[in-house]
Amino acid sequence: MTILRSATSATSAPRSVTGLRSAQSKRAIITVLGWSVALVIFFPIFWMILTGFKTETAAIADPTLIFSPTLESYQDVQARSGYIRFALNSVAVAFGSTFFALLLAIPSAYAMAFLPTKRTKGTLLWMLSTKMLPSVGVLVPIYLIFRDVGLLDTRTGLIIIYTLMNLPIVVWMLYTFFKDMPKDILEAGRMDGASTFQEVFFLLLPLTLPGIASTGLLSIILSWNEAFWSLNLTSSKAAPLTAYIASFSSPEGLFWAKLSAASTMAIAPILILGWMTQKQMVRGLTFGAVK
Amino acid sequence: MTKTRASGRTVGGLRTLSLQAPAVTLLLLWMIVPLGMTLWFSFQYYNLLMPGMTGFAGLENYEYLLTDPALWAAMGNTLMLVGWVLTITVVGGTLLAVLFQQEFAGRGIARVLAISPFFVMPTVSALVWKNMMMHPSNGVLAWLAESFGLPAVDWFSSLPLTSIVIIVAWQWLPFALLILLTAMQSLDEDQVEAARMDGAGPVAIFFFITLPHLKRAISVVIMIEMIFLLTIFAEIFVTTSGGPGLATTNLAYLIYIRALLDFDVGTASAGGVIAIILANIVAIFLVRMVAKNLED
Repeated sequence: MTILRSATSATSAPRSVTGLRSAQSKRAIITVLGWSVALVIFFPIFWMILTGFKTETAAIADPTLIFSPTLESYQDVQARSGYIRFALNSVAVAFGSTFFALLLAIPSAYAMAFLPTKRTKGTLLWMLSTKMLPSVGVLVPIYLIFRDVGLLDTRTGLIIIYTLMNLPIVVWMLYTFFKDMPKDILEAGRMDGASTFQEVFFLLLPLTLPGIASTGLLSIILSWNEAFWSLNLTSSKAAPLTAYIASFSSPEGLFWAKLSAASTMAIAPILILGWMTQKQMVRGLTFGAVK
Repeated sequence: MTKTRASGRTVGGLRTLSLQAPAVTLLLLWMIVPLGMTLWFSFQYYNLLMPGMTGFAGLENYEYLLTDPALWAAMGNTLMLVGWVLTITVVGGTLLAVLFQQEFAGRGIARVLAISPFFVMPTVSALVWKNMMMHPSNGVLAWLAESFGLPAVDWFSSLPLTSIVIIVAWQWLPFALLILLTAMQSLDEDQVEAARMDGAGPVAIFFFITLPHLKRAISVVIMIEMIFLLTIFAEIFVTTSGGPGLATTNLAYLIYIRALLDFDVGTASAGGVIAIILANIVAIFLVRMVAKNLED
C-alpha cells in the first residue's frame, strides 16, 4: 500500500509543479466561496447581534456598520418585561426535562446495550416511532388534560412534555454510546461481584461520561428551542424564552433593538452549546443512522 | 450448557424488563392516551362553545373537514412548504457539504458559522427575518434592492408563502449540511484519488463517487426533515398568523385555529388524525431504514 502510494505521488509530482499556480488559484476561489457562503448564512444572526447594541432609532435607519453602541436595549428588556423571569423558566424547563429524561433513559439504554433480548430491537424502533407522532395531532387532548389537572401555564407541565418528547432520542443516543463501550470492563466488574447499581454508577457512567454529557446537551438544546408546546401551553407565568420572544410579534417594526437584544441573550447559550457538541449531535438527530 | 444459558437468558430478560419498564411505560402512556383521545374526539360532537351539543358524530367531523376548502388550501400549503424547503435544503446542503469538505483557510470557523442557524430558536429566526431582513421599507433586503435600483419587495404581503419557505429553509439548510458533512467524513479518499488519477474531473467525481456515498445520509435528511416540516408552526404563528387569508395556513396551523381559536374539538381532532396519518406514511420508511441499519 505504501509503495503504491509513493509511486502515485511520484508520478503526480511533475504534474503538480506545473499545475501549482492553477492549484493555488483554485484554493483561493474555494476560500473566497467558502467564506462568502458562511457569512451570508450567518448574516441574519450577526445583524441581530449588532442591532441589539443600537438605539431604536438607529435600528430602523438605513443599514450601517458605523454607530455608537449602547446597552440601552439590554437594560430596557430587563426593566420593562423582566427578561430574567422568562430565562429562568427556560433554564428550569430545559434542565428539568433533561434530568428526568436521563434518569429514565440510562437504565433503559443500559438494558438494551448490555442485556439485549429478542425484543430489544423492536423496542428501540417503537421508541423511534413515538417521535414521529406529530405534536399537532395530540394538541387537543393534551390541552384538555392539562386544563383539567391544572397543568396549563406551569413549568411542571412543560417539563413533563419535554421529558417524554426527548426520551426516545436520549435513549437512542445513549444506546449508541453504551454499545461502543468495551464489554470486558463491565464483565470484569461483574466477576468481582459488583451489583447492577454499582456496575452502572462506578463503571458505566464514569466511562461514558462524554457521551452522556453530549446526550444531555442535545436534550437541553431541543427543549430550549421547542416552540410548539411552549406557545400553546403557556401564557404568562411559565412562558419560556421561545414564547416570550413571540410576544414581540404584535407591534410590528417598533422594537427592533429590544427584540434583538432579547433574542441575542436567548440564543447565545444554545449557540455556544451547539458549536461544542455538533459532532455528537448528528448521532442523536439521526438515531444513529449517520455517524 | 444449554440449560444454564436458557435460565441465564430469562434472568437477563427479567432484569431488562425491570430496567426498561419506567421509560417504556411512560412512552406508552404518552403515545396511547392522547392518540386514543384524538381518535375518540374525532368521532364526537364536541365544541367548547356549545356545551349542550355532545354525542357520537360518526364521520361528520371528517365530512365537515374534508369538504372545507380551508383544509385543501392548508394541505396545498403544507405540500408546497415541505417540497420547497426540502429541495432547497437537500440540494444546497449537498453542495455546501462538498464545499466545506475542501480545505481552506479558516474552514473550521466558516463551518461553525454556516451551521449556526440550526441552533436559533424558531421564534427568533422568524422575527429577525420578518423585521430586520424582510421589512418592506427598513429591512436589509429592501435596502439591498434599492441600492441596486430595484423596487423593494413587500415580502409578507406579496409573497407570503415564499417568505415562510425562505425562513424555514434558512433554519434547516444547516441541519442538512451538518448531517451530510458528517457522512462525508467516511468517504474513502483513496477512491477519490484513484478516480482523479484515472482522469475523472470534479463533476464526474461528485456524481459517481460523492453522491452515491451520500445517498443514505441524504435519505435520512429527507425523512427527518419531512417529519418536522409537516408540522411547522411557530414560524407561521409569529409572522403571518396563517394569512393573508389562508395563504400561509398549513395543516398544523389549521388544527390550531380549529382547536384553540374556534374551540371545535371534534373537527380539530379529525384534522389531528389526518396529520398523524400523513406523518406515519413518512415514518414507516424512516423506521425501516433505521431498522436495516441496526442489523449491520
